[in-house]
Amino acid sequence: MARRINEDQVRHIAHLSRLKPSDEEVRLFSEQLSAIVEYVEKLNELDTADVEPTAHPLPIRNVFRPDEPHEPLDPDTALANAPQRDGSFFALPKVLDQGSGA
Amino acid sequence: MALLTQIRDDIRDGRLTSRLAVERSLQAIQALDPQLRAFVSYDGDRALDLAEQIDERMAEGQPVGPLGGVPVAIKDNICTRFGYTTCSSKMLERFRAPYDAHVVERLEAAGAVIVGKTNLDEFAMGSSTENSGFFPTRNPWDLGRVPGGSSGGSAAAVAARIIPAALGSDTGGSIRQPASFCGITGLKPTYGRVSRYGLVAYGSSLDQIGPLTLDVADAALLLSVIAGHDPRDSTSVSREVPDYVSALRDPLESLRAGGPVRIGVPVEYFGEGLDAEVRAAVEAAIEEYRNLGAAVVPVQLPHLAYAVACYYVIATAEASSNLARYDGVHYGYRTPRAEDYIDMYCASRQEAFGAEVRRRIMLGTFALSSGYYDAYYLKALKVRTLIRRDFERAFTECDVIAGPAAPTPAFRLGEKTADPLSMYLADIYTISVNLAGIPAIVVPCGLSAGGLPIGLQLMAPYFAEAPLLRIAHAYQQRTDWHTRTPAVSWRSA
Repeated sequence: MARRINEDQVRHIAHLSRLKPSDEEVRLFSEQLSAIVEYVEKLNELDTADVEPTAHPLPIRNVFRPDEPHEPLDPDTALANAPQRDGSFFALPKVLDQGSGA
Repeated sequence: MALLTQIRDDIRDGRLTSRLAVERSLQAIQALDPQLRAFVSYDGDRALDLAEQIDERMAEGQPVGPLGGVPVAIKDNICTRFGYTTCSSKMLERFRAPYDAHVVERLEAAGAVIVGKTNLDEFAMGSSTENSGFFPTRNPWDLGRVPGGSSGGSAAAVAARIIPAALGSDTGGSIRQPASFCGITGLKPTYGRVSRYGLVAYGSSLDQIGPLTLDVADAALLLSVIAGHDPRDSTSVSREVPDYVSALRDPLESLRAGGPVRIGVPVEYFGEGLDAEVRAAVEAAIEEYRNLGAAVVPVQLPHLAYAVACYYVIATAEASSNLARYDGVHYGYRTPRAEDYIDMYCASRQEAFGAEVRRRIMLGTFALSSGYYDAYYLKALKVRTLIRRDFERAFTECDVIAGPAAPTPAFRLGEKTADPLSMYLADIYTISVNLAGIPAIVVPCGLSAGGLPIGLQLMAPYFAEAPLLRIAHAYQQRTDWHTRTPAVSWRSA
């Protein structure tokens, strides 16, 4: 039987997920994700035409708080875990490079 | 290591100091943790300093709170200003949280001393703690077996009497299944009962923090401290917190006007795949309730068979969104080898996330992706409604629902790692509780012939933690399974 998620699809999903699997992992995940998705399709046994979706278990509506200023994290604390910083900025590789795709 | 309540009383009444209690936990870690690997980190100096401060305040006659001086541990996906908050992931191996989680503030305000942070399946994704990015934790009843997961470190540390109590988090059973595997008590509160502020998100509509303890009374004490509204978590509910500890003294007969407490037994929880010894132990526990005067009534949860499929769509969809924040820019791991920004983003995640985390991110991304959203994600949300309605209907006929927490006792390390679906299927009895958002507790109710613990799970309606704890406590007043200690455990003088 054809796999639910073939290797090309795994590569596409990996890109959407911002992951970079090896060829070996693409093969393994195609097999494993296909088995899981095939199992998940048992949900189709149920008729849900007239059923409302539940996104959240409690009947909580939008929650507002008073619009009052608070003390934010100071820049040093906010940047303390940054892999790379430049002054009070997060530093990263060039985004607008020759055709980087970003 | 004695009970949480007992240590608290001993410190309060001058029979014990906080310093001595913390020293005992530190000695236990040093003696046992090389075998168990329950802790990702611990800070003895910090804990001893805090303990001494509490002892000084006691000596001056100042109040020290309902957990004054007791050592506790927390799962390492709960943010602390001190030390690291790793989620047992290489992604966050050196992450220092800039703030304390709400539950950390509550514990410390109540006088508890956080001694260490416990191991978990990476980002709480797993059922065995084998998915930790650092090392697996072992079951103190049998070092060749898993402690369950994802709160396996917390469960193993409490079961081995290293620490009297710990916090875990439960997205699909991650408190209850390890409690069952390790022979201790574990409570998942109602969604919204405990603030998730500072709990690193996995499945945001499912995650909930709760206690792992040696008995129900200690779980009630810990829940009293951590429950309550917090404006920083918009899903935390503004609702009065009952006195869970004093509610344990209410007579069982008073829980329901006009008749005995009703224990619902769902036929679906005793079907194919349930180990014979687990079935016998859980049935014996239900019989114990009959002896207590409870009415045992059959109930139906007809959509149980769809819970695993429903959960693994919804939880992974939420995870794929939550874990998008690990981008190698703001915090966490960044690859040293990158060609450009997108490559840096992808390579950092590929190198730092373990296989199970990558698998779940991809599964969730697939379920949310264009062309598949309606067929998988929306379908799962609708089935979630059916599962919630099953419980609502069942609770018109009973006060709590009883069943097993897991189909088998603890399995061996490596037994299920090659086949992710087989690991998911073992979550069958716990995950529908998270999908519905209701509270549930696990208490030990037997040992297998091989000497492995078996847990009884009790599930209750929304915000019915007080009667749930009361009913679970009644069982522990009649039985002594919760006093059994594993082979690897700390017996200090």
